[in-house]
Amino acid sequence: MNAALAVIGVFLLLAFYLGVRARQGKDMNLEQWTVAGRGFGAIFVFLLMAGEIYTTFTFLGGSGWAYGKGGPAFYIIAYGCLAYALSYWMLPKVWKYAKEHRLMSQSDFFAHKYKSPMLGVLVSLVGVVALIPYLVLQLKGLGIIVSEASYGKISPAAAIWLGVLAVTVYVMISGIHGSAWTAVVKDFMILAVAVFLGIYLPVHYYGGIRPMFEAVEKANPGFLTLPDQGMSVSWFISTVLLTALGFYMWPHTFGSVYSAKGANVFRKNAVLLPIYQLVLLFVLFVGFAAILQVPGLQGSDADLALLRLSIATFDPWFVGVIGAAGLLTAMVPGSMILMTSATLLAKNVYQVFSPSTTEERVRKLAVYLVPVIALVSLYFTFRGGETIVALLLMGYNLVTQLFPALFFSLFKNQFVTKYGAAAGIVAGVATVAYITLSGTGIGTLFPGLPQAVKDLNVGIVALAVNLVVTLAVSAFPPKFFRFTGEKNSPDVNLDVK
Amino acid sequence: MEDGQGVYVHLKPGEEMRMKGIRWLIVVPFLGMLGGIPFANRVKPYVLGMPFLLFWVVLWVVLTSLILWVVYRFDPEAREEEGK
Repeated sequence: MNAALAVIGVFLLLAFYLGVRARQGKDMNLEQWTVAGRGFGAIFVFLLMAGEIYTTFTFLGGSGWAYGKGGPAFYIIAYGCLAYALSYWMLPKVWKYAKEHRLMSQSDFFAHKYKSPMLGVLVSLVGVVALIPYLVLQLKGLGIIVSEASYGKISPAAAIWLGVLAVTVYVMISGIHGSAWTAVVKDFMILAVAVFLGIYLPVHYYGGIRPMFEAVEKANPGFLTLPDQGMSVSWFISTVLLTALGFYMWPHTFGSVYSAKGANVFRKNAVLLPIYQLVLLFVLFVGFAAILQVPGLQGSDADLALLRLSIATFDPWFVGVIGAAGLLTAMVPGSMILMTSATLLAKNVYQVFSPSTTEERVRKLAVYLVPVIALVSLYFTFRGGETIVALLLMGYNLVTQLFPALFFSLFKNQFVTKYGAAAGIVAGVATVAYITLSGTGIGTLFPGLPQAVKDLNVGIVALAVNLVVTLAVSAFPPKFFRFTGEKNSPDVNLDVK
Repeated sequence: MEDGQGVYVHLKPGEEMRMKGIRWLIVVPFLGMLGGIPFANRVKPYVLGMPFLLFWVVLWVVLTSLILWVVYRFDPEAREEEGK
C-alpha cells in the first residue's frame, strides 16, 4: 500500500465515522431524516449548499473545461453567482411556505401550491430522472479520482463500490445529518487543496498567474476568449441564464432549503456564497496550468488534467490528500441525491397512491429505497459510456423546466393553474428529450437563422416552449378540464398528519 | 411582495414599501455580468494577472456580493428577523 492510498483510506473512514455518528441524540422521524427538523443554522446550510455545488463535476470538470475549452469555462464562475442573487429573493419565500405547511420535499411544494398531488408525482418523476445521471457522474468521478490517486493500484470499479457502500450506510442511518457532517470535512479540504494548487502550480511552472495566461495565449491565440461560433457570446449568456435559473431546481438542493432555522439564513448566504465560490477560480487556474505541462489529453480525458498534473508535481502522500478531497466532493452530493430520490419516491409517489400509509412507514420505505437507488446508479455507472455527459446536460435542462411553475407560484396572485403548470412541465421536458435524443440543435432545425441565435443553448428553447404552454393553458378556466374524469371534488387536504 | 401583515413600528407603510423596492437591485448583477459580455470578450488588458474576460466575470462576482450586502442591510424583512 502506498502513501496516497493510506491517506485516502483515512479520510474515507473519517467521513464514514462522522456520517454515522451524526445520528446521535436524534429521534429519527421523517422530518429529522430529510430536513433535520428544520434546525440548521447559517453555517450548516451554507456548507450543505456549497457542498452540493462543489461536486466532482466542478473539481474535475472545471479544470477539465479550462484545459480543453478555455474561455467558455468561465461560465462556471458566472452562473452560481447569479443563482445566489436570485436566491436572495426566492429562497426565503420557499422556506416560509415550507415551514408553515411542514413540507419535506420539492414535490410537496408544487403539490401544495397548486393543490394537486398528481403534480407532485410529475415533479418527483422529473426530479428522479434528472438525479440518476447526476449521481452516476459523481460515481464515475469518484472512480477516476481514487484509481488515479492510487497510481492504478485500485480499479475504478472497486473504488466506486467502496464509496457507494460508505455513503449508502450513513445515509440510511443518519439521513441529512450525515451529509452535513461530511460536508464540514469536505469543504475545509477542498478549499485548502484548490487554493493551494491554483496558486502553487502557476507560480511553480510559469512564475505567476499572468505569465501563465500569456504563455497559453501565445501558444493558442484566442483560447482565453469566447469564439465567434459555437460556444460564442450568445451561447455563454444563454447557458449562464439557464443554469442560474435551474440551480435551485435540483430536488436535493431545493430540499436542503427546508433544513434551515430561519429565512435570514438564505439572505446571509446569498451575500457570502458568491465570494466563496471564487474558489472555483483556482480550480480553473489548475486547468490552464496543465495545458502546456501535460498536453495531449483529448476529449473526456481532459477531466484528468488536474490529477495528472498533480501526480507529475507532488509526492504520493500529497496526491493522496488531493484524492481524498476529490473523494469527498463525490460523497457529499452523492449522499444528498440518494436521500432525496428515496424520499421523493416514498412520499410523493408511493404515498399519493396509497394515502393510508403512516409517516413512519414512509420513512422506513425511504430508508430501504436508498440501497435500491444506489444499485440502479451502479448499474448505469458500469454500463454507460460517453453518453453520461449528454445525460448530465439533459438532467440540467430537465430540472430547469420546473422553474416557471415555481416562479409563478411565488406571487400573491397565483394566475397559473395546476393544469398550466403540468402542461408546461410536460411540454418543456418533451422538447428537451426530443432535442437531446435526436441530437438536433437550433442550427439543424432552422439553418437560416443568424449565428448568434443558432448558438443559443437548446435548454432556453425548451424553457420558452414551457413558458408559452404554461401561460396558454392557464388562460382556460379550470372547469374546462374537468371532463378528464376528475370529480368536482373539494381540494384534497394535503397537510401532513 | 407576498405578506402584507408585517407591522413595523419604525417604518410607516409607504416607507416600508419603498425599502422593499431595494430588492430590485438584485436585477443589476444579471444586467451587468451578462450585458457586458459582448464588450468584455477580449484578452487584453490583463487585470490582476487575468485575461479581461475572466476579470470581468470575477469583478461581477465581487460586485454581486456587495450589492446583496447592501440589499440585506436595508431590507425591512431581514431587519425584522434580525431584531428577534
